[in-house]
Amino acid sequence: MPTTRAAPPSSHHPGSASAAGTGRPSGWRDRLYRFDMRYLPYLMIAPFFLLFGVFGLFPLLFNGVVALRNYRLDDPTLPYWAGVANFTRLLGDEDFWNALYNTFGIFLLSSVPQLLLALVVASLLNRKLRAQTWWRVGVLLPYVTPIVASTMVFSAFFSRSFGMANWLLAEVGIGGTGDAAIDWRADKPHAWIAIATMVNWKWIGYNALLYLAAMQSIPRDVYEASAIDGAGPWRQLWRITVPMIQPVIVFTVVLSTIGGLQLFTEPMLFDLNAQAATGGPNGEWQTIAQLIYKVGWKDLNLGYAAAMSWALFLIILLVTGLNILLTNRLSGGHR
Amino acid sequence: MTAVAPPRPTGPARRRRRPALSGRAPQDTPAGLGTYLLLSLTFLFAAFPLYWMFVIATSDDEALAKLPPAVVPGNRFLANLEEVFSLQDVYFAASLVNSVIVSTVVTASVLFFCSLAGFAFAKLRFRGSDTLMLLVVLTLTVPNQLGIVALYIVMGRLGWNGTLLAVIAPGLVTAFGVFYMRQFIVNGVPDELVESARVDGATTMRIYRSIVLPAIRPALAVLGLLTFVATWNDFQWPLITLSGTDYPTSMVAVSDLASGNYVIYRRVLAGAFIATVPLLVMLFVGGRQIVRGIMEGAVKS
Repeated sequence: MPTTRAAPPSSHHPGSASAAGTGRPSGWRDRLYRFDMRYLPYLMIAPFFLLFGVFGLFPLLFNGVVALRNYRLDDPTLPYWAGVANFTRLLGDEDFWNALYNTFGIFLLSSVPQLLLALVVASLLNRKLRAQTWWRVGVLLPYVTPIVASTMVFSAFFSRSFGMANWLLAEVGIGGTGDAAIDWRADKPHAWIAIATMVNWKWIGYNALLYLAAMQSIPRDVYEASAIDGAGPWRQLWRITVPMIQPVIVFTVVLSTIGGLQLFTEPMLFDLNAQAATGGPNGEWQTIAQLIYKVGWKDLNLGYAAAMSWALFLIILLVTGLNILLTNRLSGGHR
Repeated sequence: MTAVAPPRPTGPARRRRRPALSGRAPQDTPAGLGTYLLLSLTFLFAAFPLYWMFVIATSDDEALAKLPPAVVPGNRFLANLEEVFSLQDVYFAASLVNSVIVSTVVTASVLFFCSLAGFAFAKLRFRGSDTLMLLVVLTLTVPNQLGIVALYIVMGRLGWNGTLLAVIAPGLVTAFGVFYMRQFIVNGVPDELVESARVDGATTMRIYRSIVLPAIRPALAVLGLLTFVATWNDFQWPLITLSGTDYPTSMVAVSDLASGNYVIYRRVLAGAFIATVPLLVMLFVGGRQIVRGIMEGAVKS
């Protein structure tokens, strides 16, 4: 029949038969079908790429342009381009090197104990447990707690005159109360320890669950073989479990490096005068992320803050790469 | 009590100090008393700051200055809260509403856009899909906190600084969300189901609505919880764009409580406690999902 032939052949189109019933020209539906198959997938992924492009990737690249400019919120009369002036200034900036030193100090004090304790907690959780889910949920309490809230608790905990930390330490004969009390905000080592404690508290449980997931996917016969060697639980952990979960360990090292080098909230709010963003009266615990905030939004020098962000980006790349190498070596990467 | 009961190991054999010697995998070895003790210690370590936050939030100034420190809650919780809510420049009540708005919008958007993109990457054939997915994976590793200066300038151009839009917009999609959804849909939605729906004449959006969405409900719960928690707790960017305005999020408001010449901890921690409670409720109700989400993410990485 010529009327049925009028429609273009649509062998791929199972819906064309029903389209005839609606009385619409089937060419319209056919175009819809082609759109559905050919273009709709792009439309479905477009929101991600658009939004990420505008608010994620573009700022990151544009940051590079801002870093080469005189971008002061309080002085728009400066020449537009600054060349590499922001970067050369960075090299001679004592504040920057001090912040870098603090960032690394706190990072070492937090990441190493954090990941080692997470391994221990994971191996504790990696047993047949009663109320298994509740133990796992329990170690996640710090993970869901806002860092703002927990930092305020620790800020009180490490207070000089009435803090629980000093009282506990005095009980075991360290420091004391009154004049002998430790001032946690007076020098670098004490401030670093206090801040590292907060970071450790926050992330041990989360990392433990990452390790636990990896531990449970180790084939059981690996352990059967290990019994012949007479390995105890401790040796079993270090000789079998750790090398077997090495990829996840590398992953957590990367995560804690990226997070640790951008530490912001804890050092900000540990300061009793948080608004100044100086990280202590003489920058005892000012981190780079904090210095970027101070330079950008307290000193209103966005160009210089952007240059610092780029420097931090390079440092993170460098340290992450270095840490991956180091972790591979230490956790038995010869497999 | 029959005589033929098999002899059960007793004495030294049962009190063996190294259970791992049996060759059983650790996860098949029942936990001993020591494990429970150490886990209880871990739990105390995790829970104590939260408990102590509540203690101080309910105390007066005297209780805080006492040595040894107070360890039982006082009876001033409501009085402290009243102070928090009545502080003029902190906008605490409004900040809670703002946080609910921001976290809800961001979570809904992440769930919708990421499941849509995840579905496209997992089940639809289109040119360049592999390359584009690789791009998504690459963006996973980009720490976009580092673009924060330029983000502030972009928001300034748009005129959004100081409004909730500035906090909502950058959170609307996440690379992790797309990645996680794709992984789940690849395995969780059978190809045959999608194909047969096509044969029946279903459009792509129809398949998304009536086949994909019901199948990925557990993954939506996981991603939703993780996104909500992260958005609620975000501090640095909201501080930059919202501080000093009348529209803080609850985290900015809590930090405002602590500003001034002298930190009044019972007040700060009463506010902090209120801003933490929603998340504790979520952990209590959705803890199983949150744990699963984190552990699944680990294996996939």
